[in-house]
Amino acid sequence: MKRYRSLSQIRLDIDEGKVSCSSLVDYYLERIAQNSHLNAFLEIFDEDAKAQAKLVDQKLKDGSAGRLAGMVLAIKDNISYRGHHVSASSKILEGFEAVYTATAVERLIAEDVIIIGRCNCDEFAMGASNENSAYGAVKNADDESRVPGGSSGGSAVAVQADLCLAALGSDTGGSIRQPAAFTGNVGFKPTYGRVSRWGLLAYGSSFDQIGPISRSMEDCALIYEIMAGKDPHDATSSLKEVDSWEYSPEKKYKIGYIKETIEREGIDSELKAHFNEVLDGLKADGHEIEAVSFPYLDYMVPCYYVLTTAEASSNLSRYSGMLYGHRSSEAQDIDTTFIKSRSEGFGEEVKRRIMTGTFVLSADYYDAYYTKAQKVRRVIQNESKALLDKFDFLISPTTPTAAFKLGEKASDPIQMYLADIYTVQAPLAGLPAISIPTGRTKDGLAIGTQVMGNSFEEKKLFNFCKQVLESYENL
Amino acid sequence: MANLDKYELVIGLEIHAQLKTESKAFCGDEVKYGEAPNTLVSPISLGHPGTLPVHNKAAVEKSIMLGLACNSDIREYNSYSRKNYFYADLPKGYQITQFDTPICNGGTVEIELENGASKEIHLTRIHMEEDTGKSMHDLDIDNTLVDYNRAGTALVEMVTEPDLRSGEEAYAFLSEVRKLVRYLDICDGNMEEGSLRCDANVSVRLKGATEFGTKVEVKNMNSMTNVKKAIEHEFIRQVEMIEAGEEIFSETRSFDALKGTTFAMRSKEMVNDYRYFPEPDLPPLIVDEAWKMEIKSSMPALPKVLFQKFTSEFKLSDYDAKILTEHKEIADFYLELCEHTNNYKAAANWTMGAVKNWLNSNAEHIANFPLSVATISEVISSIDQGTINYSAAEQTLFPALLENPKATVEQLIAQLNLAQEGDDDVLQSLIAEVISENPAKVAEYKSGKTGLLGMFMGQIMKRSKGKADPKKTSALLQKALEE
Repeated sequence: MKRYRSLSQIRLDIDEGKVSCSSLVDYYLERIAQNSHLNAFLEIFDEDAKAQAKLVDQKLKDGSAGRLAGMVLAIKDNISYRGHHVSASSKILEGFEAVYTATAVERLIAEDVIIIGRCNCDEFAMGASNENSAYGAVKNADDESRVPGGSSGGSAVAVQADLCLAALGSDTGGSIRQPAAFTGNVGFKPTYGRVSRWGLLAYGSSFDQIGPISRSMEDCALIYEIMAGKDPHDATSSLKEVDSWEYSPEKKYKIGYIKETIEREGIDSELKAHFNEVLDGLKADGHEIEAVSFPYLDYMVPCYYVLTTAEASSNLSRYSGMLYGHRSSEAQDIDTTFIKSRSEGFGEEVKRRIMTGTFVLSADYYDAYYTKAQKVRRVIQNESKALLDKFDFLISPTTPTAAFKLGEKASDPIQMYLADIYTVQAPLAGLPAISIPTGRTKDGLAIGTQVMGNSFEEKKLFNFCKQVLESYENL
Repeated sequence: MANLDKYELVIGLEIHAQLKTESKAFCGDEVKYGEAPNTLVSPISLGHPGTLPVHNKAAVEKSIMLGLACNSDIREYNSYSRKNYFYADLPKGYQITQFDTPICNGGTVEIELENGASKEIHLTRIHMEEDTGKSMHDLDIDNTLVDYNRAGTALVEMVTEPDLRSGEEAYAFLSEVRKLVRYLDICDGNMEEGSLRCDANVSVRLKGATEFGTKVEVKNMNSMTNVKKAIEHEFIRQVEMIEAGEEIFSETRSFDALKGTTFAMRSKEMVNDYRYFPEPDLPPLIVDEAWKMEIKSSMPALPKVLFQKFTSEFKLSDYDAKILTEHKEIADFYLELCEHTNNYKAAANWTMGAVKNWLNSNAEHIANFPLSVATISEVISSIDQGTINYSAAEQTLFPALLENPKATVEQLIAQLNLAQEGDDDVLQSLIAEVISENPAKVAEYKSGKTGLLGMFMGQIMKRSKGKADPKKTSALLQKALEE
């Protein structure tokens, strides 16, 4: 079977009788089996997917099929799907079955999407390489000695290796965009509040957003449009209407780039050169490009880690061995139930972040860290918004390097945290941002370019990204 | 025994009131007392992964009502915080509460003391939060059992300034607060069931001292009497320690109701660092002027306001007004009755007398009182119009009505032949009978013992089966006796 890049291609072939949902599901199940060594999936919902495919095929015949009929989707293992296991790749949720479905997933199912399985990720979405999974690292399909990025590494590889058409990830500091960049996919983090977090296992609640990883801009926009919108279950979800997007080519935009992003040490020279080429290409296409200074770059990663670990330390308190999930066999009383269950159930990186978060919230250090980071976040929000009042978009490389080797940064958390340097600004400021594939290194590794837009201006962002993608179509 | 007179007791109270809302503070679970354990739960109240809280408007409104009733400042911009600690009955590992932006700031509650004096107790704050589940340590030999029905129900916590000076004052404050929440219909106010809970911060100092002593927090007092007892016990205990040269530690103590004493639970030095921080799952809640006014206008009248109305508009005595406003349902009943009659004093008497007697002797709630206010008002007007006299109404008609609530007043007066006897001839003959049967008493009366009039009246009433018109009879009798 041919490799599909978008749902519209699939729908054409379905209409012509060349393919059916059932045959697509069989194809993807076979691909998943052949590529099990990539470790992208933690569980395949094969029976469910086959049953759903039959149902959707019937609906397609009846003419009653939803907008996502024909789309086979994988979901990250931190999104609730009723009756299915969800573990956030953590031992602490071993055997746990969700009793309700995330709003985002529910809305996609209502449009006849087929969910094929749940994808590996960094434990509780904490990581930038997918090496922090209790179920083992995920391999980059372009070069199996390299990481796929994280934390939505399994979702990204599932799309990269054609194990499904698209996947859901979650982005807190870059967890959709960075792996999308490492795997040559489109990865989108919506404006904070656009997609309901109901059913997303919380990491940093004021940052987390569910978003799509796909091959095409259209699929990204369609999945987003269906998931987005007010949800009474999520008080932080926005009331703003979600408009549908129609592509209008030939629009010219005013684009800024933060010069510190490429002047900073740590950016790979090949990626820097590529980014300059991207800028030249945009100029050549008639867009207006301007370099701006944004002197907060070095504060972003520390600010991000203070705030997200603080929230995480509280969000992860519910995993205590008391009501569900892993309970230590050595639990004797209330204290040992908590201490031993959590010590056994959480991995190293999760423990590191819980301890960091507990520290920054503790009475003696609260003002020095948490309060200060909140202030820095406010400055970053205001300054980012100010730039986006001036420019249609801010553009940057998605990552400072292409996919790195497995194990290369695993022992150095600071180096690992710096992998997020370009991606934390959007969630700190609540802004929407996409990573689109714009090139490859000499070694054939994917390079992503990140485009950040103003709050709730997703449509404009999609339109621009589609224009850019058209000039890189052969990647 | 230590010399208590040298010392002054200083008390601040923290009162938790469970709000009477249909659903919990941050989710749709039903709120009910006494259901089978763990039946009023959902993924949200059990803290399942990926669940989120949402505001409960009713809980916010009830909190605001309490603040308005205490003349507190109502905060416009409200945020919530997380209070982090681990315990079995706290499913999320944190409690959603208000830390630095309580919905109500300041305010006062006026209490009345036994000697009739009143005192204003200042409030520090009132804030909203969610309740925990309930740990039960005594139902199973080896395990603690937890019921999560209560987890997530809406609470308000009221914190007072250290204004209270005795167990009696604390008792009076609690009764006042209980009255208030019941009037506002925001809480059952039941300390035994735990819908109203009280912790006391107790310290002592030498009289005249300006610095406060080290405070001890006392918990687990599940009645107002226990609060009073615990405070009185703490007073003696702390004074004895000071007199013995010992230092008071800041600690949390639990009240043992059987022994009437307190014992140490945990010392404050070992206390949790709760790591409060803003709850990221709930956007700030804005209470604008319009909403505040809407809530204010929907508030039921408070006991103080009713007391005013009863004494000035209805011309009742302070004593009557106080009794009638003690319980909201009685006050409401009385007010309704006053819509049917202008004889407010008679309405008060019937409410405080016959109606309350029936409620007490039948241990019933006023909602189950068999007679309508309209019927009672007819009884009152029958007396006022002279159709029936008071004693016949009270002793015969009213009990008959209670037996047969469907009958009308008119029917029963006729059926029981209760209409007042006002016919001069009939009365004169009764008077003549009594006078002729008691010549000795008549002589005594004539020699100046006018107090015997009552005795004659009583006999006449008896003979008329209570029907004699008392006014007319009395006049005729006096005339007859003086002849």
